[in-house]
Amino acid sequence: MSKRIYLDNAATTQVYPEVLEEMLPYFSEIYSNPSSVYTFASEAEKAVDKARGAVAELLNAKKEEIYFTGGGSESDNWALKAAADAYASKGRHIITTVIEHHAILHTCEYLAKNGYEVTYVGVDENGSVRLDELKAAIRPDTILISVMAANNEIGTIQPIEEIGRIAHEHDILFHTDAVQAFGHIPLDVEKMQIDMLSASGHKINGPKGIGAMYIRKGVKILSFIHGGAQERKRRAGTLNVPGIVGFGKAAELAKESMLSRSAKETELRNHLIDRVLNEIPYSRLNGDRTNRLPNNANFCFRFIEGESMLIKLDMLGICASSGSACTSGSLDPSHVLLAIGLPHEIAHGSLRISLSENNTIEEMDFVVDELKKIIEQLRSMSPLYEDFVKKQDGEHEQIF
Amino acid sequence: MYSEKVMDHFNNPRNVGEIENPSGVGTVGNAKCGDIMRMYLDIDENGVILDCKFKTFGCGAAVATSSMATELVKGKTIQQALEVTNKAVMEALDGLPPVKVHCSLLAEEAIHAALWDYAEKNHIQIEGLEKPVSDISEKEEEEEY
Repeated sequence: MSKRIYLDNAATTQVYPEVLEEMLPYFSEIYSNPSSVYTFASEAEKAVDKARGAVAELLNAKKEEIYFTGGGSESDNWALKAAADAYASKGRHIITTVIEHHAILHTCEYLAKNGYEVTYVGVDENGSVRLDELKAAIRPDTILISVMAANNEIGTIQPIEEIGRIAHEHDILFHTDAVQAFGHIPLDVEKMQIDMLSASGHKINGPKGIGAMYIRKGVKILSFIHGGAQERKRRAGTLNVPGIVGFGKAAELAKESMLSRSAKETELRNHLIDRVLNEIPYSRLNGDRTNRLPNNANFCFRFIEGESMLIKLDMLGICASSGSACTSGSLDPSHVLLAIGLPHEIAHGSLRISLSENNTIEEMDFVVDELKKIIEQLRSMSPLYEDFVKKQDGEHEQIF
Repeated sequence: MYSEKVMDHFNNPRNVGEIENPSGVGTVGNAKCGDIMRMYLDIDENGVILDCKFKTFGCGAAVATSSMATELVKGKTIQQALEVTNKAVMEALDGLPPVKVHCSLLAEEAIHAALWDYAEKNHIQIEGLEKPVSDISEKEEEEEY
């Protein structure tokens, strides 16, 4: 197999060496439990405190508004379930969108089975939330609006600031799942009027199994994981000190490099998008052309199926992902691609490329060159392509 | 995830293509689920399958099962071809992941659909052959109400 080209950074990222180095002492040297009394504990406590500060800084939040969790999914579950619980006396209506991550959608389904009502707001053809629909969905008993900051599949960045304003005009709590956006694009909980925010360590070159939740001071949600008094009594469990330290370091690096990194990624991404759309017939870009995460490109190639494309890419050492049913274990293709209005057979032929600052233009060129061959080969064996070509020939005969 | 044999048939699929003026052709599956198989048969006057070709839109397992199914029916009589079940296709491929078993069912149905077409064209009845359920044209009609 040739050299690996990793283009699945929306799934997870490499732990940067600086991050790992920062974490290592907290496994077997400074292994103390930060909640303990002795001096040895305070070393770990200090490291946790520093990391909390780094995460807070990326959000323009206060240190004491950051709570460490086991990851993005836990943060999403906590935000929704605990807010539903805490505000049930005010109402039982929640607004979210059709393109959320399953950590939100499946939590909403759970709440719907337990006496809550959920309205799923639609998106336009670029995957941007329809604000008029969102406003129309608001009712006197609406207690929470949860809209992701940027979509994990098609990369579209949502109008979070406007949604925050709308939510607060109606005195409704606003949560955003920022797992894909955190550390990649600027986020400001004050300016965007965010009450709760979910973030994850491993999407920003930090370790897996560590996440955070921002909870605005004054928001009255309670504990989700019950037990000890850690995290200001809101999230029990001995702190994952190495994970927290790594997350903090990754957040620090992400803040420093955000401008240059997103410029580099945007350049690579645009080069890839331009070449694919110009050189591969019957291809389309999913999501907004410009208002998208710097590292995300998502395409559909007609007449072919995503998994077979992924296997062929994998044999060349290229790691990417697809929203095809075959890669999700269900019969339906990506709910996001269906939500932006694509028919099933086109949604099955999707390819998500999520690159990093460490990729190169040469790698993008290699991917496009190989992709062209793979798609041609798969189309040559596709009955859908055969029918399409025959139909076209038929139309030509009729015209001439 | 896939056996070596599945990967081999996916990477080097046997009998891809079309047969001009086929004795029978069948298309099964539907684009909604992400798998469509089309099987072409060339059958001689003695009921022997001289040639078999396929085209498939689908995942790695769908391509591999189609390829293997064509190999298994080539040179067989119609009655022998009916014995090429999804189990036979799966065994010949050294197994499939559980979520991909439906692909082998589709391959069996594709053979049946092509044989059904052959029988209809020649106004004959093939013993033991029932009208395939997942014929693509049927599905499309259903979708139009």
